[in-house]
Amino acid sequence: MVNMMIDGKKVSAPKGAMLLESIRGAGISVPTLCAHEAISRSGACRLCVVEIRKGNRTRIVTSCLYGVEEGLIVDTKSERVLNVRRLVMELLLSRCPESDVLQKMARDMGVEPQPRYAADQDKGKCILCRSCVRVCEEVVGVSAIGLFSRGSCKEVGTPYNEKSEVCIGCGACAYVCPTGHIEMTSTGDKRRIWGRSFKMQACSKCGKFFAPVDQLKFISKKTGASMEELSVCTECR
Amino acid sequence: MNENPDTQARQIMDNLTLYYGPKKKFIAICAGTGCRASGSLKVKEALEAELKKQNLSEVDVLATGCLGFCEKGPMLVVHPDKYFYQHVKVEDVPEIISKTVARGEVISRLLYRHPETKKTLFREEDLPFYKKQCRVVFGQNGMIDPARIEDYFAINGYQALGKVLAEMTPEQVISEVKKAGLRGRGGGGFHAAVKWEGVRRAHGDPKYVIANGDEGDPGAYMDRSLMEGNPHSVIEGMIIGAYAVGSKQGYIYVRNEYPLAVTHLSIAIEAAREMGLLGKNILGTDFSFDIQITKGAGAFVCGESSALFASVEGRAGEPRAKYVHAVEKGLYDKPTVLNNVETWANVPLIINKGADWYNTIGTEGSKGTKIFSLVGKINNTGLIEVPMGTTLYEIIYDMGGGIPNGKKFKAVQTGGPSGGCIPESLLDIPVDFDKLYEVGSMMGSGGMIVMDETSCMVDVARYFLEFLKEESCGKCVPCREGVRRMSDILEDICAGKGREGDVEILEAMGKAIADGSLCALGGSAPNPVLSTIRYFREEYDAHIREHRCPAGVCKALIAYSIDAEKCTGCGVCVKVCATQAITGEKKKAHSIDKDKCTRCGACIQSCKFDAIKVK
Repeated sequence: MVNMMIDGKKVSAPKGAMLLESIRGAGISVPTLCAHEAISRSGACRLCVVEIRKGNRTRIVTSCLYGVEEGLIVDTKSERVLNVRRLVMELLLSRCPESDVLQKMARDMGVEPQPRYAADQDKGKCILCRSCVRVCEEVVGVSAIGLFSRGSCKEVGTPYNEKSEVCIGCGACAYVCPTGHIEMTSTGDKRRIWGRSFKMQACSKCGKFFAPVDQLKFISKKTGASMEELSVCTECR
Repeated sequence: MNENPDTQARQIMDNLTLYYGPKKKFIAICAGTGCRASGSLKVKEALEAELKKQNLSEVDVLATGCLGFCEKGPMLVVHPDKYFYQHVKVEDVPEIISKTVARGEVISRLLYRHPETKKTLFREEDLPFYKKQCRVVFGQNGMIDPARIEDYFAINGYQALGKVLAEMTPEQVISEVKKAGLRGRGGGGFHAAVKWEGVRRAHGDPKYVIANGDEGDPGAYMDRSLMEGNPHSVIEGMIIGAYAVGSKQGYIYVRNEYPLAVTHLSIAIEAAREMGLLGKNILGTDFSFDIQITKGAGAFVCGESSALFASVEGRAGEPRAKYVHAVEKGLYDKPTVLNNVETWANVPLIINKGADWYNTIGTEGSKGTKIFSLVGKINNTGLIEVPMGTTLYEIIYDMGGGIPNGKKFKAVQTGGPSGGCIPESLLDIPVDFDKLYEVGSMMGSGGMIVMDETSCMVDVARYFLEFLKEESCGKCVPCREGVRRMSDILEDICAGKGREGDVEILEAMGKAIADGSLCALGGSAPNPVLSTIRYFREEYDAHIREHRCPAGVCKALIAYSIDAEKCTGCGVCVKVCATQAITGEKKKAHSIDKDKCTRCGACIQSCKFDAIKVK
């Protein structure tokens, strides 16, 4: 265990843990958008920044990626921290003016939209946190989507924005998306996501459409389980 | 000293000194990228043909890397007298050979003329541009054809490596570099030996050594010129570094848009391998190390260490949080030393001449020399190498020859696009890592862009932010979105749409972006804005409050008119105006239709009577 001082409170945390967990464990709230328990951390959104002090030097770090250290003094609400968070929220609000998630978060943080920034019309609700890309690569293991272009032109999508041949329609990306940018519609035996239509499998017991056939085929190939076995929905299993 | 000097390595090294460089009489012609563009290769061919014609087989022609004084290219130096000829054309060649080479006579029209005393100067070292320089690293360019390893041997090349392998332990090498106080030339100014020590101690195998040649600042080309002109100095430095930290594999990261650098590095690596200086059992010892070139696609952000690693690994060049340092987890998550090419090129010098000698150059905290690329509104455009601690004034006025066309100096931008603009009042500061940081700029990799009274500082900030907006990798919010919004606001101010309070918004954004960004690109991106606000606030106010661009640059805020007293009605401007905005009777004062005028400036350049005014 290591001992730290967080916002004036003594906090101990297991070695190897990240600051974010120990701060939250101490009952202090820290806003985040790109940290999800299912995937690796990327440090892209910068909302979880805190100010740390070691000796005479202070520094702003992202708590989601900074490992706990003995004797560390952490300030989660210093002026510098709040200025970074306010800037990030203002920038995201003007990028995704339609996002109700961001609006609520901003309200909770007491941040108003910055009128000097013209609101974007073409970015949807995507904040480029890349949670979807990471889940597709790390959890699903197909890497059907990725990031392309650079800087302010950066986008998430399938290669060349064409229908992906490797996508299995599992919807994990839509599930982890913090702002609900990724559209997934399921009607009857069809599911649409990333511009492609997937045929859904009906449960051999209850008849409910529960998963895309491509996803079950992928699982069958990966695990060796037969398609018959997999054609039963989780509730009937 | 090692008690058991490796005699085999020593013997091989002694043999290397038997190789010949150029003959006693030789012509060094600059064949760096800049001079090539102004036709130096044709001059080189003509020199060779003429020597043959005049039967002067005892004279060599050396196509060298950049000689530094790029303003005067194509240029050449005739050895052993070291006569310096500028703007040489193919037509000048027969005379150069018959007079200077054959009879030792100078051709005065090809000599440099001192701009003030009007005296012609004969030798390189007499020129004010070179006089105050200390070209310990870059000066070697003039003595070698980068494609010939023999030339590098002839100037003591690879002797430092021999010394290290025969006489020094890795710890002794690190301690010598530490004593020399060598700091990273890529911008950060981190102590090289501290990095090396960290990697030597780090657990993890293999360990990597990388040279960062991803120079991306607009106007900067010193790293390119070093890789083009003296690739072996970089390679030798890397081999010594690899021996010190215990690495077997090195990479040189160089952008593909530097084709000549890639070619010369490739030739050099191949030659070093053939000589047993790279590869298995270097110089017969049990130390093995090899280098591979990785070509980058030219993203500015790939100069940042973790983005560079990602790029070498074949992934998109995006940085990651560096809470675990590269000395522990760098390339492929293994201990890695990453140094700039110029840093590596300093290493053989330190070993050959010793840390004590190195310590005699530079300031208390910054030892040795630094190569700068001096560009912009300056008379002597080129690459200079000066001792750390040289003042900006000496660089701009003594070496740079001051500002062209009698204009007044306004600012110098150091440290590349994310550096800051330094005003005239601070020209006396000595240039070193710490001082530049203190005044709100940075050393960066050594770009220096000089601006005169015709440069608008708001427009300069706008230009750099536009560049950084394009070059942001887009991973983290403050940099991707914040730099874009700053750029938008600057765009507005230059277009006359600035609002009261914009400067304060920019300042607040700048601080938060610097604090909140993931890597150094975002961390320093606000610098051009913050430093111009700090030193040239009145220009921002003039744009925003008075809708006026004092330097006459921002098109939306200026108008052209013709001074009727000066205009002779010659009609030259009428011909160059692309939008037919200028009218008037012959020999009578003309006038400009402000609605048609696009303020392109063509008329100003064409007018011999200085009759066109910008307000």
